[in-house]
Amino acid sequence: MNRYAERIYNGVIKENPTLILMLGMCPTLAVSTTALNGVGMGVSTMAVLILSNFVISLLRKVIPDQVRLPAYIVIVASLVTVTELLIEAYLPGLYKALGIYIPLIVVNCIILGRAEAYANKHTPGLAVMDGIGMGLGFTIALTLAGLLREVLGSGSAFGFNFLQYLPFEVEPIGIFIQPPGAFLVIALFIAIMNAIGIKTRQRELVESTGCDGCCAKCATPCEKAEEEAK
Amino acid sequence: MKSLILIMIGGALINNVVLNQFLGICSFLGVSKQMKASASLGGAVIFVMTIASAVASLLYDYILKPFGLDFMKTIVFILVIAALVQIVEMFLKKKSPAVYKSLGIFLPLITTNCAVLGVALTNVQEGYNFIESVLAGFGTAVGFTLAIVLLASIRSRIREEDLPAPMRGAPIVLVSAALMSIAFMGFSGLAF
Repeated sequence: MNRYAERIYNGVIKENPTLILMLGMCPTLAVSTTALNGVGMGVSTMAVLILSNFVISLLRKVIPDQVRLPAYIVIVASLVTVTELLIEAYLPGLYKALGIYIPLIVVNCIILGRAEAYANKHTPGLAVMDGIGMGLGFTIALTLAGLLREVLGSGSAFGFNFLQYLPFEVEPIGIFIQPPGAFLVIALFIAIMNAIGIKTRQRELVESTGCDGCCAKCATPCEKAEEEAK
Repeated sequence: MKSLILIMIGGALINNVVLNQFLGICSFLGVSKQMKASASLGGAVIFVMTIASAVASLLYDYILKPFGLDFMKTIVFILVIAALVQIVEMFLKKKSPAVYKSLGIFLPLITTNCAVLGVALTNVQEGYNFIESVLAGFGTAVGFTLAIVLLASIRSRIREEDLPAPMRGAPIVLVSAALMSIAFMGFSGLAF
């Protein structure tokens, strides 16, 4: 497998940002109420991630090391603003459904995490492929979570109501499209992966003493905090 | 007056920032391992979120809006929050080392906490004025503190339990959070 294809495999399967690395939990829980919302959020994040990886990789020799995090944040925030305006103009329905979670792509750990862990060390071509891989992995995970919640919670899939075609009467379990359902579905995903022996970084998610689980990958602020704590 | 109280209670209980809006999940799950750390993080979040809401509201009303720059709000807010956290950190280090010692290590982490940016953006979206924004920020932060301290005490109990192996670690913590979230849904019936 060549290096470019390897990035896609890595993002979707080996280091899936949501299911294996446990990054970007906030949008995963919040917008997975339907499968379509999951796809919309996933694709928006993927667009920002590909562009930010590309720009940061191009500028990797220009940005001084000490101010790289603020510089990355400005680049990501600008790209998110552009994406937000485009969604508002062309997909008003999606804009309304995702609401505040579109501007909050700025603080999605996947984006800063990939900038820090990959894009600032590799060539633009590889960085873009990494963005595509990670973005696809995120989109697939969000869609799966959204699909499961939609099927259980409102008895439809991608907006298609299948309950009326069933030979028996079923009442959808409403709690799954309510906030608690998000926690339950993600808990179920992690438990299943534990049961079949897939190694995830769930320890980092719940055992990071005194340190934000998010910065497990956005390494720098966390290490600084731990040093100062000593 | 009544609406101001409602904004605060709404932020803390009805629309709880973690259990209902899923903002700040990472620190909610990560730091809740220890009670003391949870309480300190809660204190730091109350401090930063109240100030950040105030500053963001002033900036939006007096600079961004009059000059027609409201599309810049995401960039401006995230930079202001990052700078603000640095300033608060330096100020506390110099003026009150005792407070810095208990809250200090959490301050840099709050920059990446999406709850702070989320509140600033929600305030603008709801069209809150200065006082309403400050109260909403404070109420939301109190809600965050309440949720994380409650989860920390639940986790100190489930640690000793004999769980099925696949449920240990993150899954049981998430299930606990789901049950808390169901309990908090009861507050949506709160009427005035």
